[in-house]
Amino acid sequence: MNDAIRRERLLGVLAKITKQPLPTDSEESLFESGLLDSFALPDLVGALEEEFSIKVPDADLNPRKFDSIARIEAYLAERASA
Amino acid sequence: MPSSTAFLRAFGAHVPERVVANAEIAAQIGRTPEWIESVSGIRERRWASPEMGVADLAVAAAEDCLSQAGVPASQLGLLMVASGSAPGGFPGPAAAVAERLGLDSTPAFDLPMASAGSLFGMAIAARLAEAHGDVLVVAAEKMSDVLNAGPLDPNTAMLFGDGAGAVLVSSQPGPWRVVDSILHTDGHFRGSLNFDWKSPLHMDGLSVILQASRKLPTVIAEVLERNGVAARDVAAFLLHQANQNLLARVAKSLGADAERVFSNVARYGNTSSASMLIAAAEWSREARRDGSVIFSGFGAGFHWGAVLAHSV
Repeated sequence: MNDAIRRERLLGVLAKITKQPLPTDSEESLFESGLLDSFALPDLVGALEEEFSIKVPDADLNPRKFDSIARIEAYLAERASA
Repeated sequence: MPSSTAFLRAFGAHVPERVVANAEIAAQIGRTPEWIESVSGIRERRWASPEMGVADLAVAAAEDCLSQAGVPASQLGLLMVASGSAPGGFPGPAAAVAERLGLDSTPAFDLPMASAGSLFGMAIAARLAEAHGDVLVVAAEKMSDVLNAGPLDPNTAMLFGDGAGAVLVSSQPGPWRVVDSILHTDGHFRGSLNFDWKSPLHMDGLSVILQASRKLPTVIAEVLERNGVAARDVAAFLLHQANQNLLARVAKSLGADAERVFSNVARYGNTSSASMLIAAAEWSREARRDGSVIFSGFGAGFHWGAVLAHSV
């Protein structure tokens, strides 16, 4: 999967979970901007697992890995190359 | 590790009289009572008086449990006291509780664990009941002292309450037989939720909820699956009462009827290790429900687990 397709699918997942316009700055914190809270985060992780056919291990359940579009992209890329 | 020789004979509970409504907390943390209820499901909690300590709460719950069971304290073969909010130093509250129950040679020990303490105590007691007979597990928390050890934190001040619960686990028959238990610990995230009396309570809510949302349904499913029980067939889920939204999420993840997840978090808030046993005590005094019962907890450490019991 190339980066553009991954990003498009990620943005689709985020839009579905947050139900709000997404930040244009991919480094912006999704938590500090109020787009994700403690109960939306588990929904996001579950949706990412489904969309990208991955299993996020408990050791990776660190909120910092999902704090911004850029960080989630990096995590997904890391998982794809593992 | 299936067990067929341990029974749950009775539950007990004690909560302080003073009711602290959301409005009292909200005024101090710059939020509204409605906001507190929306994010936690909590409407009020109980806070103990300054002179009442963890051991006092524990003794009250222990006496209630023994009274429900019709068992004198002198018959106990072992006593465990779980608490994450007992004052530091040694000895822990178990020695004081034992003394207050009139015990002078029965072994008693502390489980210095917050939220999952009662679950761990119950599971360990079930594994020790054959050797010790009647094992009393008490969990007591004075979380108001933890909250008030520093300035009230808007992220945690509205969550916690004081109280105590107890369960008598025994080799002698009781209303529920302990079928199986699973316990887990992962210390990698111990910094996500911690308190040491030197600094304010620290809770990374994002990390705690993320981990709990995954680990609670997983360990419950694990114990159910290895005993051939479907989640939809469980009569009651008696879980650590952390947050109503978390309880609902666990039910949804398991595909269980949300009505079967007992909840009193609206009235008592999160009483840490005591919460599961306070819930069990209230549930056990409602109309008797036959069938399978799941106990489960998750807390600082992280420690988590589940116990499966069947009515006898």
